[in-house]
Amino acid sequence: MPPRTLYDKLIDSHTVARLDDRAGPGAEILLYVDRTVLNEYTSPQAFSGLREAGRRVWRPEAALGVVDHVNPTAPDRGAAMPDEGGARQVRYFGENCRDFGIELLDVLHPLQGIEHVVAPELGFVLPGMVVAAGDSHTTTYGALGALGFGIGTSDIEHYLATQTLRYRRMRTMRVTLDGALPAGVTAKDAVMALIRRIGASGATGYAVEFAGSGVAALSVEARMTICNMAVEGGARGVVMAPDAAVFDYLADKPRAPKGDAREAAIRHWSGLRSDADAVFDREIRIDAAEIEPLVTWGISPDQAAPVGARVPDPDAEPDADRRRDLARALAYMGLTPGTALESVRIQRAFIGSCTNARLSDLREAASVLRGRRVAQGVRGMVVPGSSSVRRAAEAEGLDRVFTEAGFEWRQSGCSLCLAMNDDVLAPGERCASSTNRNFEGRQGAGGRTHLMSPAMVAAAAVAGHLTDVRRLAREI
Amino acid sequence: MHSFTTVTGAAAPLPAANVDTDVIMPKQFLKGIDRAGLDRGAFHDLRFAPDGSPRPDFVLNRPGWEETRFLVVGPNFGCGSSREHAVWGLLQLGIRAIIGTTFAGIFADNAANNGLLLVSLDPGAVSALLARAADPEGNRLTVDLPGETILAEDGTRHAFEIPPSRKDALVRGLDAIGQTLDRAAEIRAFEARHHAARPWLAR
Ligand code: SF4
Repeated sequence: MPPRTLYDKLIDSHTVARLDDRAGPGAEILLYVDRTVLNEYTSPQAFSGLREAGRRVWRPEAALGVVDHVNPTAPDRGAAMPDEGGARQVRYFGENCRDFGIELLDVLHPLQGIEHVVAPELGFVLPGMVVAAGDSHTTTYGALGALGFGIGTSDIEHYLATQTLRYRRMRTMRVTLDGALPAGVTAKDAVMALIRRIGASGATGYAVEFAGSGVAALSVEARMTICNMAVEGGARGVVMAPDAAVFDYLADKPRAPKGDAREAAIRHWSGLRSDADAVFDREIRIDAAEIEPLVTWGISPDQAAPVGARVPDPDAEPDADRRRDLARALAYMGLTPGTALESVRIQRAFIGSCTNARLSDLREAASVLRGRRVAQGVRGMVVPGSSSVRRAAEAEGLDRVFTEAGFEWRQSGCSLCLAMNDDVLAPGERCASSTNRNFEGRQGAGGRTHLMSPAMVAAAAVAGHLTDVRRLAREI
Repeated sequence: MHSFTTVTGAAAPLPAANVDTDVIMPKQFLKGIDRAGLDRGAFHDLRFAPDGSPRPDFVLNRPGWEETRFLVVGPNFGCGSSREHAVWGLLQLGIRAIIGTTFAGIFADNAANNGLLLVSLDPGAVSALLARAADPEGNRLTVDLPGETILAEDGTRHAFEIPPSRKDALVRGLDAIGQTLDRAAEIRAFEARHHAARPWLAR
């Protein structure tokens, strides 16, 4: 057999049937999918479709339902939703999970949280799996050695009814991160650097494998940040070869195999890697030592710059289409060309989302905030990625670090990442945010989002404007 | 699913790069449990002012684009969130095909699953069609899927290509789930082998 990439191996081992006579990228296959995670807002029409057609769910135990997008995150947690639409979705989701036999982590469940934070915590996603779910950030599971990718509602219905998808093979891209990240630079900066380099559609049509010494040196949680946000570069599926760090991560996870089953699984998982001479359709190399803390200044995740840079000038852009898009981005963001990014004042600081609200993220932010106060005129919020993260953070006193610094310590959910609940920016409000999308209106109509690492959000909250977290570190 | 053969109508230009699904279907329209009412949501914040009145400068609100059936768009259209509501809303607005250079992956699959045709052309052809779509007098196109051509009123043609299986599904408006369930025995046999080799999966 010719050398294969990890992606090829995962696809080959999950191919039920070929649906056309092509091979390689673009070939259509019937793909077996091991697991899905469902949420309240992309699943209702899929369940309605099943009900109308009188179809059952093929393998209910392979699905997990999590309420995360619409629920409030007020510290005092109740079952009430912020509005009737959200309440109806949560009610219908509950009925669907019950009627079709799917386990549900409802708002008041002690394990509730953002689906991409909860599923790994449970050990619901394991190396070698193919996981497709109704949310684009399903790519997160690449960090565990699974192939994760997002699907729409029609495909959720197809998955639920058949345990498969009609799937077109992607091209493959390998992103090699060489060396160690400098102090003050995080996995978030690394993935933002990649997106800045390849553009918001640079990986469209590709499944991306992350590799290299820079990835091997990262914790599993940091790897999840990279895989999660790779979708903002267009990656439709993401994988990383699972290693001892992943096996250790899984050791105490409730649904991961234990004892002899674990030994057998590890033997199998250890073979999940690209062959040494496998050929990728595209190769990118990034030198970790050259990455700086990044912030976005525009309305697309690739519109980012080192925090020490200035707002770009549309007039310096030779391409007319790009000049127009750039001018539009700056107009929306209320930024003047040439302004130092570090002088841009913020009113909100948000630490949360499936990209950056795991325990390690909260620790990093808290280490910046310890003994400091949020600047006057800044409202800071911490929304832990899950209820488990929240409890673990409280057990080590991080909640007090945040509240003593003037941050709100809230319950888990998607919250201000997409503002489907009552956590919203007011028009014109500017937010330093550890989330993944700076789209127009994403955090509220007219709201202005600057993406960065959680430590950088904490630093901005203290300074009252965007700032280089390494500056604060020097002050200690 | 909508079936698509040949459609004639006006085209509208949306040249910006990276038009994301948050812009195509803002979050306030994601609170339903059905597909109703998404025509109002499509491009809502571009189409309507905060008071709900149509923005006169947005192309779909201008004379000459009342019956728009096609969008000619910039690169990476449909990026971001997986929300299929974006595709449902565009179809409810009357959009039947979108012509551009590149489309985001999940959006493209959602479009295919609902009979919204996406046509990928090279940048030169897209620029030519953007110019045409921007002219209220000359913005009518005919998109012929079986013939894989876009025909303008002055006789200009642009050929496009689409994978045969995707074309067949669009033309016939097939029920993908029904087709897959015809292979249920094959799936069950695969699943048994798959789990036998990985007993830790079969919980
Ligand atoms: S936290 Fe944000 S990106 Fe992640 S699932 Fe929720 S809304 Fe989507």
